[in-house]
Amino acid sequence: MTRATAAAAGALDPALDTFPKLVVDNARRLGGKVAVREKDLGIWQAHGWSQYLTEARLIALGLASLGFARGDKTAIVGDNRPALYWTMLATQALGGVPVPLYQDSIEKEMQFIVDHAEARFAVVEDQEQVDKLLHVREACPRLEYIIYGDPRGLRRYKDACLLSLAELKERGEKLDRERPGYFERELAAGKGDDVAIFCYTSGTTGQPKGTMLTHRNLILTARNAAALEGLRPDDEVMAYLPMAWAGDHLFSFAQSVVAGFAINCPESQATVLQDLKEIGPTYFFAPPRIWENLLTSVLIRVDDAWAPKRAMVRFFLEVARRMERARLAHRAPAFLDQLLAPLGRLLVYGPLRDNLGMRRIRVAYTAGEAIGPELLEFYRSLGVNVKQVYGMTESSALISIQRDGDVKLDTVGTPLPGVEIRIAESGEVLFRSPGMFRGYYKNDAATGQTIENGWVHTGDAGVFDRDGHLKIIDRARDVGRLATGTLFAPKYLENKLKFSPFIKEAVCVGDGRPYVVALLNIDLAAVGNWAERRNLAYTSYADLAQKPEVYELVREAVGRVNASLAEDPELTGAQIRKFLVLHKELDADDQEITRTRKVRRGFIAQKYAALIEGLYSGAAHVNVEAQVTYEDGRVGTVRADVRIADAAVAVGA
Amino acid sequence: MREPVRHAPLLEVDGISVRFGAVQALDRVSLSIGRGEIAAIIGPNGAGKTTLLNVISGFYHPYEGHIRFDGKDRTHLKPFDVAALGIARTFQNVALFKGMSVLDNIMTGRLLKMRGSFLLEGLYWGPAKRQELAHRAFVERIIDFLEIQAIRKTSAGRLPYGLQKRVELARALAAEPTFLLLDEPMAGMNLEEKEDMCRFIMGVNDEFGTTIALIEHDMSVVMDISDHVIALDYGRKIADGTPDEVRANSAVIDAYLGVAHA
Repeated sequence: MTRATAAAAGALDPALDTFPKLVVDNARRLGGKVAVREKDLGIWQAHGWSQYLTEARLIALGLASLGFARGDKTAIVGDNRPALYWTMLATQALGGVPVPLYQDSIEKEMQFIVDHAEARFAVVEDQEQVDKLLHVREACPRLEYIIYGDPRGLRRYKDACLLSLAELKERGEKLDRERPGYFERELAAGKGDDVAIFCYTSGTTGQPKGTMLTHRNLILTARNAAALEGLRPDDEVMAYLPMAWAGDHLFSFAQSVVAGFAINCPESQATVLQDLKEIGPTYFFAPPRIWENLLTSVLIRVDDAWAPKRAMVRFFLEVARRMERARLAHRAPAFLDQLLAPLGRLLVYGPLRDNLGMRRIRVAYTAGEAIGPELLEFYRSLGVNVKQVYGMTESSALISIQRDGDVKLDTVGTPLPGVEIRIAESGEVLFRSPGMFRGYYKNDAATGQTIENGWVHTGDAGVFDRDGHLKIIDRARDVGRLATGTLFAPKYLENKLKFSPFIKEAVCVGDGRPYVVALLNIDLAAVGNWAERRNLAYTSYADLAQKPEVYELVREAVGRVNASLAEDPELTGAQIRKFLVLHKELDADDQEITRTRKVRRGFIAQKYAALIEGLYSGAAHVNVEAQVTYEDGRVGTVRADVRIADAAVAVGA
Repeated sequence: MREPVRHAPLLEVDGISVRFGAVQALDRVSLSIGRGEIAAIIGPNGAGKTTLLNVISGFYHPYEGHIRFDGKDRTHLKPFDVAALGIARTFQNVALFKGMSVLDNIMTGRLLKMRGSFLLEGLYWGPAKRQELAHRAFVERIIDFLEIQAIRKTSAGRLPYGLQKRVELARALAAEPTFLLLDEPMAGMNLEEKEDMCRFIMGVNDEFGTTIALIEHDMSVVMDISDHVIALDYGRKIADGTPDEVRANSAVIDAYLGVAHA
């Protein structure tokens, strides 16, 4: 046990203290066992660990032939592709630092990060990313080479800085003949305390910050979590979340290398759900919005079904929910429910899980943001072992995990082995752990603010409950009080609102105000489907959003949230009195939400100040103008007349 | 805009005329489309654009004039024989098999490339199986190229219009054409769908070296992607040249702005 504790706290075998060294070891031990799969031309192509190493080695040698020196950075942009994961490993093997970027970043964002990280090399997926980089190249004087994977559309490009991945690997082969053993020597020179990656945090305020994580940070965090969950080489994972997100890096790269399991890259962003079904992962992670989308897609289909079938599904889902509630409370479920459960498994839960691609899941996480308890309960009741984890980029993605058999809907579990958590007097959650980051790249001021006396400030307000579970209330700076003195935790309310399949995004306002109001986005797929079934014609999102029928639909959903708030004497005062449905969808291109879809409150409060005033002034509608940024970066203006509605307020219990 | 390039002619149309009863649909039209070009055929409604395309693809036969394709006279061929020459087309109105999956629809485009006996096909054995696999691999490359992986198994009739047009293009490409005729590939599309379609058309030209003739009404699209523009009005050719030359041509401006015609 003492050895395990020492390992959790930070001891690493120097022969296996970097990811490249671990992959060499995997190639030796696991050899042809699948490390990464990619669906290409409709067929899953598998690559073993030996090939993982061979490919990364050629890419590394190719980069070295272009003059890659220790400490250089490689910007990596694209969807999850094996070659891009190999490029990360290749960069690390040469003592460099990979810098993954969000593939949907607009040019301005890309320019900031490429320039700030001082990347000399960029390895990107295709023409789309090449175009963006070529446009910002002048503002990034250190960028020397752009290497692309897919040559389509690039034949006519004549820039000297452009190179295909195939050409890069050819150069690698040539260098290998000229300087045999070069790769192995560079690889052996790496140390566990070298920086392994810069993860730029999207940040709900200000410019992105480059979080520096070391090999030691990531290996220990990945290993501790893998040991806790019993992850094995035969596990299967979908690698479908942005490579720039610390979560994907930990699950799809670090844990895959540490535990030796296979990752599966979907054919395209649009095929993730189908690919999920084909692969049937055993270990799965998704932010709440994906769980929400999946639920919405299921509920739409249930609504479309034949009435008796619909009734049957609803009946058995209700049985499952009662059983799950009993399980979570450690009580025995009602006798009748126990009798019905096997039938439900046969008729509803099994087929539904199969349809969602979740039949084989042993461990699933929801992370990145708080999840509505109803949503978690839904999946758990179907028999999918979804658990909440809590973490941030600065902690190598993980701080706490719910243990199997010790799941509570409203907590984020207990600290991961090796992690210490403390609640500051202000209520803020602090931690220190082997995974805590080295600092922000070229931003000591921000580093100093975040790490104080060896403890990292998470910026989240939280408490420990009786059983030692951590409960996150909200972003510390977002929690406020209404003018009446009632506690106002916006995200808690928003998650309750978003449980409705018709509400996609919600922003609640109320700090220092007399009552709570909500700005909402409807879910175009779900409400569109609902409208079609009622023969309600609409032309666009903006048109549909302002329909009186849609307002009535949303009013019902808000009313349900209010009713559940009324059950809690502390929160009954925080019921939503007024709401409106925004005329446009909140979009990361407009900086309203981050690339990981976190609401940027300050920005929204400013941008929609007129609407918020309208909600408090008693107006029936407000005229607004909003800027929209198109995908190519052009900016346009949308004008709309937004209706304001009163919500049904429930009487406290 | 693309650089003006002059290519050796692939298609030469020499003085063709077509008449429907009293309507002179085409009146001694001559033109030449070079190998590897993207040529746009423009003109007001009823100018004879689709008729011209139908003549090229063998649906109609001119009562006078000649068509030479790849240096050989091809005036009086049937559509099937024209297709066998490597000319494929899409239609102004979507003409897919609505009940069939996207994949099967595109596979029909391989029809001309299929060899082998009915019996072996039925048994899915030996050469028939190898052939099926090769065709499927080719079709998968097109699916990848046009980014329609997500709808591979969806039936064509359930797709939105913009995607149906893309599937039609995919089916035309499945025939590995040397010459592709597109009849209003962007009609009824929104801006984003149009931009995607432009990207695909230029991609096809770039990647496979396919010569393309397209009918299009959106002038910004025409000016953006074509090497060569041919303007028709009342069945006659009124302009022929680079996009810039045609844009500056007074006859074209008159035809579009509706100056009173004598």
